[in-house]
Amino acid sequence: MAASRLGIVARRVGGAIPSLVGVVVVTFVLTRSLPGDPAVYFAGLMADAESIAATRARLGLDRTWIEQFVSYVERLFAGDWGVSLQTGRPVLTELSQRLPASLELTLAGLLFAIGVAVPLGVLAATRPNSWVDHLCRVVVTAGVSLPTFFTGLFLVYLFYFLAGVAPSPLGRLDFIYFSPPHVTGFYTIDTALAGDWWTFRGALAQLVLPALTLGLFALAPIARMTRASMLAALSADFVRTATAMGLSRRKVLWTYAFGNAFLPVLTTLGMVFSFLLGANVLVERVFSWPGVGSFAIDALVASDYAAVQGFVLAMALLFVAVNLLIDVIYTLVDPRVGLEG
Amino acid sequence: MDRRQFIAATGAAGVLPFLKAMPAGAQGRDDTLVAVTGFGPNSMDIMRVGANRPAYQPAINLYDRLMRYGIRELPDGTLAYDKEVLEPELAESWTMADDGMSVDFFLRRDATFWDGTPVTAEDVKWSFDRAVLLGGFATVQMRAGGFTDADQWEVVDEHVFRVHFNAPSKLSMPNLAVPTAIVYNSALCKANATDADPWASDFTHVTPAGGGAFKLERWDSGQQSVYIRNDDWKSGPLPGVRRVIVREVPSAATRRALLERGDAQFSIDMPAKDAMELNENPRVKVEGHPIGCCQHHVGMNVAMAPFDNVLVRRAIAYALPYESIYNLAAFGRGEKLWGGEGFEPAEAVWPLPSPYYTDVEKAKALLAEAGMPDGFETTLSINLGLADWQEPAAVLIQEALAEIGVRVTIDRIPGANWRTAALIEKRLPFHLENFGGWLDYPDYYFFWVYQTGRLFNSVNYSDPMVDEVTDMVLPLETDHPDWAPNVKKLIAKVWEDVPLAPLYQPYLDMGMAPRVEGYAYHFHRLLDAKTLTMA
Amino acid sequence: MAEALRKPFGGHFLYVLRENPVTVLAFAMLCVILFAAAFGPMLAPYDPLASNAMNALRPPSAAHWFGTDHLGRDVFSRVLVATRLDLAISVAAVALSFVVGSTLGSLAGFYGGWVDAVIGRITDTIMAFPLFVLAMGIVAVLGNSVENIVYATAVVNLPFYIRVARAEVSVRRTAGYVEAARLAGNSEARVLALTIFPNILPPMMVQISLNLGWAILNAAGLSFIGLGVRPPTPEWGIMVAEGATYIISGEWWLALFPGAALMLAVFCFNLLGDGLRDLIDPRKRT
Repeated sequence: MAASRLGIVARRVGGAIPSLVGVVVVTFVLTRSLPGDPAVYFAGLMADAESIAATRARLGLDRTWIEQFVSYVERLFAGDWGVSLQTGRPVLTELSQRLPASLELTLAGLLFAIGVAVPLGVLAATRPNSWVDHLCRVVVTAGVSLPTFFTGLFLVYLFYFLAGVAPSPLGRLDFIYFSPPHVTGFYTIDTALAGDWWTFRGALAQLVLPALTLGLFALAPIARMTRASMLAALSADFVRTATAMGLSRRKVLWTYAFGNAFLPVLTTLGMVFSFLLGANVLVERVFSWPGVGSFAIDALVASDYAAVQGFVLAMALLFVAVNLLIDVIYTLVDPRVGLEG
Repeated sequence: MDRRQFIAATGAAGVLPFLKAMPAGAQGRDDTLVAVTGFGPNSMDIMRVGANRPAYQPAINLYDRLMRYGIRELPDGTLAYDKEVLEPELAESWTMADDGMSVDFFLRRDATFWDGTPVTAEDVKWSFDRAVLLGGFATVQMRAGGFTDADQWEVVDEHVFRVHFNAPSKLSMPNLAVPTAIVYNSALCKANATDADPWASDFTHVTPAGGGAFKLERWDSGQQSVYIRNDDWKSGPLPGVRRVIVREVPSAATRRALLERGDAQFSIDMPAKDAMELNENPRVKVEGHPIGCCQHHVGMNVAMAPFDNVLVRRAIAYALPYESIYNLAAFGRGEKLWGGEGFEPAEAVWPLPSPYYTDVEKAKALLAEAGMPDGFETTLSINLGLADWQEPAAVLIQEALAEIGVRVTIDRIPGANWRTAALIEKRLPFHLENFGGWLDYPDYYFFWVYQTGRLFNSVNYSDPMVDEVTDMVLPLETDHPDWAPNVKKLIAKVWEDVPLAPLYQPYLDMGMAPRVEGYAYHFHRLLDAKTLTMA
Repeated sequence: MAEALRKPFGGHFLYVLRENPVTVLAFAMLCVILFAAAFGPMLAPYDPLASNAMNALRPPSAAHWFGTDHLGRDVFSRVLVATRLDLAISVAAVALSFVVGSTLGSLAGFYGGWVDAVIGRITDTIMAFPLFVLAMGIVAVLGNSVENIVYATAVVNLPFYIRVARAEVSVRRTAGYVEAARLAGNSEARVLALTIFPNILPPMMVQISLNLGWAILNAAGLSFIGLGVRPPTPEWGIMVAEGATYIISGEWWLALFPGAALMLAVFCFNLLGDGLRDLIDPRKRT
């Protein structure tokens, strides 16, 4: 049994390879088609034709696309993701410093969304078509109906500018704090590990508004899926039996019904996570969050090929990893999957 | 260990670091200045090929030059650099040779780099060699002052450095006080140079090697640069602020909020609208100065129809809605550059109000004379990076030109592609553009913008007289009898040909907390924190 | 299942509406939006493009219900007139991805084998991109015009249609009525196009409705980073994006009204999607 599950996992990993290859190729073509000329951009402010040509040669942009692609792939296999022209640092270094920031924000947003949407979904499912159900629907749908940058700026205006309760929207930590020693790259976790609760509070406070902004966007799919699968579970025979046998309502609801409704919700979470990681881009912009999203926007605008390619590849890998993780949890939790696979 | 024990243990472990962290966090904000800016440096080394504009900031604050510009008080009580006065920085004094073909700089003997190494003429020589040989911005800027060759730099002895001029020029000395003429710790740089990177570009990119008034405490690319005062600095009065944090905040609205709430004490280069509104706000002080040798203008590409016809260009210049643009795009934060008196300039000054003004009937007549009574279609390109003034201006122009039958489509080009399209390929028929020269002379502006083939000549303007006369006046001192008449001749010529229709001379607006004193406007348009104090 | 419901569909429609007042609300909103799209330009009190330097940044008043923007243009007129363009962008984008996506998905689901494998790989590749960044990249490459925003949004939505279509078709491929159609002498292509395809439309409708809202948001996001439609065209997203920078300085009406219009439209499409889901999937009715 264990072996076959391992086999499934291996097959999934193998199945992801063609799409990764696709991502590498498409990104390469896409970046090379960008209208900007990185040689001009990076030759500097006062560059003349001569220094532009020199820069072009230095960047290897005077070669054909095929040659460039081959050398790109070769270096990729050697673990060299290239150097970001904007920051002059290796793309891998940039990503490894910025990815935790994005992940922390995304996970915080997801946690918030789960904390709100799952109870709402359950609540709605227990009283289908009542006013509670409709209200839940309206609330979560409203959350997904506003552009994230608008929600973000609006929250900043309310809670920082007018009320003064939120800290300044200046990224991950106000400057009076020192960033914690690097362990996971998640400031909240690293400060907690270091026992620096003062900085922990600072990092957490900084996280609230952006996570809220992002989380609002994720309420709808989670609540919708929770409601639907709870409805299905509640009408299932085993729940009726449990109720008939006189088990308490709470136990029936959370242990039996939710326990079974959990799996589809989990799948949705995987999708929502990947989606949020993309939606991040705009939220990071509003809150000066030093994540990969804002890095990618700048890179795209500057035709910083290596940085864009690195970003997309990292995201694709992450996406594959998250799906894999979900699959693994699935196979562990649900014995039927192994048989179907 | 059961759960309760575990909690107790971790709790106890948590207490001590908490106490340890307090002093660091509690240390006051009083000697720290937080400045916010929209874009940050992409390198700590201004000479690095590809360094962006914000990279001037570290050059100004971390490195010394031989000389710096003096500072004068303006009639309104604010401070600005004085282009006429060069003050000692690393050089205690200098003497010009009798033939005017070289100058000797006598270096300060007590100056050291941050690592304690004394500053010598060798360091200056190495740094200036690097500037002319590395390529990129520094090389081009050095060339503008007449410095093209490493042979022009000579080490006379440990503390005397000689500069040879190929030909005397009024631009040479001023050009040695600009942010690209900085002095590096050559020993440190050489120790970090490699065969592939002989000028240690990769090293200075992240690790500044200077001896300036501030040291770099940390640089988080894309987030912040933190400068801390160098208490051993000898080249001038110690800065009044101990620590300067320059935070990058892409959203202008957030920058404004931070300044208004007092969480930032300084905002670099504010949008005109914020400057206008915060000027009324008692909690914020706004200091704005017209940027010298700079104008915002409409470019009309003379190599492209129908702008190859001077009548069309004049028609456009008479149709532009100057007043609306000044009010709605510049929010009054600028000097008007239209409606001047006649086509003969009164003074040899740049920028100067052009003789054009809004006169729709005149514009229609000119267009009819050009054989296009029904107008034409064209595309007005704007730079997305400068959208805060270009976008409203473009929409107003589009609307105004419709009145004379010119149908305009607005095309927004991302900042990074702008240089390619507008300056390198010069392929935009009709566009908004600006140029600001570091060295504030009319002929310097003509050199960059109106001479044939120059980088900022985005309109392909080419006139033999302008080329020749600009070359002739460029080295002349401004009190030379040939200078003023010829500069006026140049100005009259470009007014007549009008390849660029000037709109206004913009302000550089800096917002600050009222307790921040000592800010001085500089031609480089960035914050020189050396002169700041906080009450 | 849905196809079995053909006959009592009208009755079921009324039943769902009665049971679900929110869907009724959404339908009402849709009518308002469609009305604004059809007649907005006629109803607008001012020229949405006419600037007025003397009257810039005025708060809402009797003359200007939604105030005026930074160039003195009437925000109400702009919001009203923008309805048509925003609907056009989202409908065009969704239509495009529906046509291409459902075709590819149906082929994959119907024929299986290498067709399925190739199309599946394409889908996976698109899905592996951070979708918003992919849209950004496409617009950055093609240039920011309305058409290119439509293309970018369409490409990004494609995988959802492919997946739904593929799943629905592969379920029905061997259904009794399909076999019957085959036995009646119809070619495979004909069976797919005329027998199976109509039956997968209801589930696709849900996806369409949800995506209409998402397409508007996507365009708004592109506007925020400067890749939206060209000025001075009124479009909700770009108005919110530009107006958002005025919130801190107190000119809230610039972002609020187009934001409200945008939210209303997206909200309406999302609720409709939900309602449609109930309509076509009676299992969820309880």
